[in-house]
Amino acid sequence: MSELLNVPTMADFMAQGKQPEVLFWVGCAGSFDDRAKKITKAFVKLLNKAQVEFAVLGTEESCTGDPAKRAGNEFLFQMQAVTNIEVMNAYEIKKIVTACPHCFNTIKNEYPELGGNYEVLHHTQFLKSLLDDGRLTIEGGQFKGKRITFHDPCYLGRANNVYEAPRDLIKKLEAELIEMKNCKKDGLCCGAGGAQMFKDAEKGDKEVNIERTEQALDIKPEIIAAGCPFCNTMMTDGVKAKEKENEVPVMDIAELIANAQDL
Amino acid sequence: MDYITNILFAVLLFIGIGYFSKNVKKLSRNIKLGHDVDVSDNKSQRWKNMAMIALGQSKMVHRPIAGILHVIVYIGFIIINIEVLEIIIDGLFGTHRIGLSVLPVSVYGFLIGAFEVLAVLVLVSVIVFWIRRNILKIKRFWNKEMTSWPKNDANYILYFEVVLMSLFLIMNASDIHFQSMNSGNVISQFIAPWFSGFSESALHSMERTAWWFHIIGILIFLNYLYFSKHLHILLAFPNTFYGSVKPQGQFDNLEAVTKEVKMMMDPNVDPFAAPADNAEMPAKFGASDVQDLNWVQLLNAYTCTECGRCTSQCPANQTGKKLSPRKIMMDTRDRLEEVGKNIDANKGTFVDDGKQLLDNYITREELWACTSCNACVEACPVSINPLSIILDMRRYLVMEQSAAPTELNNMMTNIENNGAPWPYNQMDRLNWKNE
Repeated sequence: MSELLNVPTMADFMAQGKQPEVLFWVGCAGSFDDRAKKITKAFVKLLNKAQVEFAVLGTEESCTGDPAKRAGNEFLFQMQAVTNIEVMNAYEIKKIVTACPHCFNTIKNEYPELGGNYEVLHHTQFLKSLLDDGRLTIEGGQFKGKRITFHDPCYLGRANNVYEAPRDLIKKLEAELIEMKNCKKDGLCCGAGGAQMFKDAEKGDKEVNIERTEQALDIKPEIIAAGCPFCNTMMTDGVKAKEKENEVPVMDIAELIANAQDL
Repeated sequence: MDYITNILFAVLLFIGIGYFSKNVKKLSRNIKLGHDVDVSDNKSQRWKNMAMIALGQSKMVHRPIAGILHVIVYIGFIIINIEVLEIIIDGLFGTHRIGLSVLPVSVYGFLIGAFEVLAVLVLVSVIVFWIRRNILKIKRFWNKEMTSWPKNDANYILYFEVVLMSLFLIMNASDIHFQSMNSGNVISQFIAPWFSGFSESALHSMERTAWWFHIIGILIFLNYLYFSKHLHILLAFPNTFYGSVKPQGQFDNLEAVTKEVKMMMDPNVDPFAAPADNAEMPAKFGASDVQDLNWVQLLNAYTCTECGRCTSQCPANQTGKKLSPRKIMMDTRDRLEEVGKNIDANKGTFVDDGKQLLDNYITREELWACTSCNACVEACPVSINPLSIILDMRRYLVMEQSAAPTELNNMMTNIENNGAPWPYNQMDRLNWKNE
């Protein structure tokens, strides 16, 4: 399968004197984390299928600085930001899509003051726009009628008020969208944000991801849908801790759409 | 001789309002201990936020039971206070129910009737509030930070409301002239029969007593505010106005850092240049005490009414961690009060007391438990942002003290060295394509 993936870099486009329609910001998790890489590939398959002229920065991409900033290291964050902005401005980038809500939030909201002004979309928003423009069709396939719940990533939902794009896509799969007790504005965190992903939790009586997974399992979904590589990890671990990994898979929206079409 | 009561009333009013003004000045001085922050943007959005969130209580009703009861008490509080205007005029000029001489009886009756109905609704709501706190023991009112003072404070306010509303109704019920008008005594007509055996003069003294206690009660209530969590009835308005109008996910970029980063990236800057003689002291990064926060954050602390909606939505708190966003706000206010008293005691300057907000009030364990998920910010009915204080304190820990947890230091070292939070080579960033 992998040889079918067409992933040009910005450098390739530059060499041909062309501009892609959109820059796909892969992010650290999407580049290095084994689980998240599958999401990256699923999204690329959809981009290829819809014949979107996109490019990645490849080895020129670097951490947006989100975890450093939320951990309190503003200095490191701004170093990362300024470096990334320099690269993207040199390529005259106008539009960015990313499958990571943390990268999405940082580039969209925190880069402009530092000189990086771009139109930034979460991949669910971008896929929705492809669908609306008739460039992508979505079939239910194996997910038709399945009970699917969507876990709102904090940095997509509360942080940026994006609630409907991912839900619209799930509905397009002709699946039954079910909501957890805490959803949308009241969504409960998976426990990974604010740099928690990279450290052990403080002493308490439960892990946050277990609490959230219990909320999800309470409504008996067949699939837990996610829109963030970190939420995906946390929820996957939660489902494993509950020994439900064979019954309730945790899947990114991009994976659901790609799998529905056997891409 | 009658004018003696008028003078007494004027003196009481003067003392009540005077002492309150004195404390308001102190409050404003304390808030200004915070550093400046530009809030001059998005004026129209800010007015809209104030109208919707403070005046319109849009976020209160997110929890319908508490929300609707609160709206009743709030409307009752504002509208019944129109009656206070009459009381003040009567008190100062020795008139009785001045409203009757300027308004037609039917209009006056309608107004007082509405106040009476509201007074009963407020009484009922306040009793339900008391039951929720003290009998049902709703969890968010019993968290660890709800020690004796915050708990008593909340109950005192409820008792105050009961007393004030009862006095208002008794005052009307024992007012023979008002009862004989039979217009507007919607509720008090049912209370009046309780006093049917009383002589006219006894009724008159009862009416006068209720009248005096009502206005004295209101003045005491006004002055109690400064010492209580109840300041929100005033501060909710500026607080929602000055609250953030940016997406919740957008954290501020520290300007002091931007300057340094720009210098580092500028090849023309001489790295060995001595700082100019008139150069400012480099700014302290982040916050370890209240003076390092900005004034909006300090206003936030005074506005907090300790309802605990933030804490009940906090993922860290829900899973038993020490972090409670409400405690962050309460600690900030307590420390700010302490600093304010220190300044008062030392003739206007702060003398180091060996304490600070960090460690003496807010522990590092609390700060590191935050997932920055914004649930607390979303939950607050009056636009308080506990997360911004947590972040500023983390900034102090990391940039001034290098005191991040080891695992976070590893993460940051990885970002510095290879542009990812994990130890992977940046040159391998596109390897997934061929895997």
